[in-house]
Amino acid sequence: MSAETIDYDVLVIGAGGAGLRAAIEASAHGIKVGLICKSLLGKAHTVMAEGGIAASLSNVDERDNWKVHFTDTMRGGQYLNNWRMAELHAKEAPERVHELEAWGALFDRTKDGKILQRNFGGHKYPRLAHVGDRTGLEMIRTLQDHGIHQGIEVHMEHTIISLLKNDDRVIGALGYERERGRFKIFRSKAIILATGGIGRAYKITSNSWEYTGDGQSLAYHAGAELMDMEFVQFHPTGMVWPPSVQGILVTEGVRGEGGVLRNKDGKRFMFNDIPELYKNSTADNEEEGWRYTQGDRNARRPPELLTRDHVARCIVREIKEGRGSPHKGVYLDISWIKEKLPNAADHIHKKLPSMYDQFKKLADIDITKEPMEVGPTTHYVMGGIKVDADSQMSTVPGLFAAGEVAAGLHGANRLGGNSLSDLLVFGKRAGEYAALFAKENAYGTIDEKLTREIVDTVTKPFEKTNGENPYQLQYDLQEMMQDLVGIVRNEEELLKAKSELQKLNERAKNVQVIGNREYNNGWHTAMDLLNMLTVSEAVTISAIQRKESRGAHFREDYPDKNDQVGKFNSIIRKGVNGEMEVSKQSQTEIRADLKQIIEEMK
Amino acid sequence: MATATFEIWRSDSTGSGSYQSYSTQTTEGMVVLDAVHKIQAEQANDLAVRWNCKAGKCGSCSAEINGRPKLMCMTRLSDLPLEQPVKLHPMKAFPLIKDLVTDVSWNFEVKKKIKKFKPRPPDDADGTWRIAQEDIERVQEFRKCIECFLCQDVCHVLRDHALHQQFIGPRFLVYTAALEMHPLDVEDRVPQLKQTDGISLCNITKCCTTVCPEDIHITDNAIIPLKERVVDRYYDPLKKLFRVFGK
Repeated sequence: MSAETIDYDVLVIGAGGAGLRAAIEASAHGIKVGLICKSLLGKAHTVMAEGGIAASLSNVDERDNWKVHFTDTMRGGQYLNNWRMAELHAKEAPERVHELEAWGALFDRTKDGKILQRNFGGHKYPRLAHVGDRTGLEMIRTLQDHGIHQGIEVHMEHTIISLLKNDDRVIGALGYERERGRFKIFRSKAIILATGGIGRAYKITSNSWEYTGDGQSLAYHAGAELMDMEFVQFHPTGMVWPPSVQGILVTEGVRGEGGVLRNKDGKRFMFNDIPELYKNSTADNEEEGWRYTQGDRNARRPPELLTRDHVARCIVREIKEGRGSPHKGVYLDISWIKEKLPNAADHIHKKLPSMYDQFKKLADIDITKEPMEVGPTTHYVMGGIKVDADSQMSTVPGLFAAGEVAAGLHGANRLGGNSLSDLLVFGKRAGEYAALFAKENAYGTIDEKLTREIVDTVTKPFEKTNGENPYQLQYDLQEMMQDLVGIVRNEEELLKAKSELQKLNERAKNVQVIGNREYNNGWHTAMDLLNMLTVSEAVTISAIQRKESRGAHFREDYPDKNDQVGKFNSIIRKGVNGEMEVSKQSQTEIRADLKQIIEEMK
Repeated sequence: MATATFEIWRSDSTGSGSYQSYSTQTTEGMVVLDAVHKIQAEQANDLAVRWNCKAGKCGSCSAEINGRPKLMCMTRLSDLPLEQPVKLHPMKAFPLIKDLVTDVSWNFEVKKKIKKFKPRPPDDADGTWRIAQEDIERVQEFRKCIECFLCQDVCHVLRDHALHQQFIGPRFLVYTAALEMHPLDVEDRVPQLKQTDGISLCNITKCCTTVCPEDIHITDNAIIPLKERVVDRYYDPLKKLFRVFGK
């Protein structure tokens, strides 16, 4: 095999919000930066983020500040968060948002011309800077349009299949380009993984085809530790009908603007179950909830804006107990606000334009006139590559991670809006520290024999006859994960999932790919499948280990949170014999001043 | 369950290609991209198709459906005449890579050449700006663009005359308009519009506006105002006189 070799000081793998922000930062250090996009530039999943960027700008409510944001994030994560990351995130998010504006982003405004902020689940004050319901597009386009003038070399439609090491340190990556299927070696002094999530391991997901756990899997196989992989966020509101749109996201912004959840009897079931941790801050009647969404500072938030893990479970319960909508969802109604607002339809058009279009075009539903049918959809993984809070370096020297692929900030459950801010804050940090690392380290040596072996392995499926169809195998994996490692879990099903994964791993060895290497989606799927299997195993065995319910991880056989057995982070690493190992790591004691902040705000 | 037939453009090893016929079962609410995925998974594993969000937000799955440039993820089968085969062809204004996938990299190169955003100095001491909501709404229309490049595909200057070297196309006129009308921007792109962007090649047939999945009024709100700026600057007789005598 002859593979082209390209040298960079820093290679960024992934070109969503975190990857772009990291690449911009690294290139600002005057070094050579390469950026790998699995798709075309600007198409990454950040584009789908709707609601906004959480940052305590305190433009709408001056009582907001980083301490409140920090406390909200920790509470939302059920205190499993890396407190240092939560601190850095809350402190630095406002600056990162202002920086976007300086690069051309145009957020919606307050009456006095500042950046407008909206309410969102788990955030005490209106905190999300936004552009209608297309904030993600605004953010990725701003970063993209700024980034293309920074001298970053962009490799579109390239995928990395293996990280390369010298001793303990990461020194490069092997990948292929889609167009002709050619392999390429990227030699780099430091590497940043920013590949996003794992949603494609599940059948019902808001994620696109790209999110197959590539970064988590690459890091794991390179010897890095993964953390808290059992915490997979099921967003409470995805589309459920028609079948072809199942899983497509319906923004939390709908509820932020006053949308309510009802069961088939028309009852607002969220009032039935308000967790103790949020009793004091949640409205106990519909009128108060409405006033909150309209900016009444003395009102408490409606229960629809409780954290995503909780809302998703309440929806599942309504459906399981026979109170769901015709297509196994519940109703999300924003049209009802016409009882309250004179020009409600215009208001909805203005605040939720893409939701309006999405339902109108894909489901024949006019959301200004009738309720939507929604149900939970696999959305986000809180767990991921374990990183140092300040530098974002993984446990492997030279390997950094930022954004969804990294773990720590969100603990057991992520608050809406904290993802976009996460991408910016830690993308920048990863870029900065990777640049410093690159300046202090030299290029490594590529082991050509090893790269040849990897290429041989991934091209094997072309030689198979009567093998497995990669799409079918992917589908079977998604079904299995959805059924056995979904929103409600138990020991028996998780153990079954573990053995099913063994079978699927065996079947994966027999995958057959037809055609040639040129833009062959079947071949790409066959390679992505290996990553999906790796992360699925990590999720499953972490879920088996955690014998309690916390945040997004709900065990019906251990339905309560248990600080006696649950105050640990789950660690996944590759054992000496190549077997995946799971263990517990106790949390480091929270710094006294941060602990005090949390206590004061209880 | 009903069945529908799709004639999908498949390339061959020589670089040309032909329509191949596939039949597949359809379900309620199905969009063209769903059918393509089903065919890919069951009958043509190596069929090349580009897609991401499947919700009309990323602009990846552009193709020509029965001859019309559209997003496959937002085109419902129920809106097509299924008694005849649905014809799927890759975009025609760009070089073909394989099957339904074209090489759109030219667009990314064009964008790089447009002068970047340059804000006025911050209004407040803390480095922030004050902007009225009404001042951003005009530009927000342009910033909705998902870069699907369907407007480029349908534009006859690019599609029929292949003037890619002389004309940046509707997408990048919209992009330029977004920058020029940005309330904070102080850069001047009018000379570039006239000299290198080829704005005069657009003869406002509005095909781009017709195909835009984001309903951006490309011609009326972006291109015509830019043309006016060029005319004001270079062809206004009074200003022309001033320029001559000003030198």
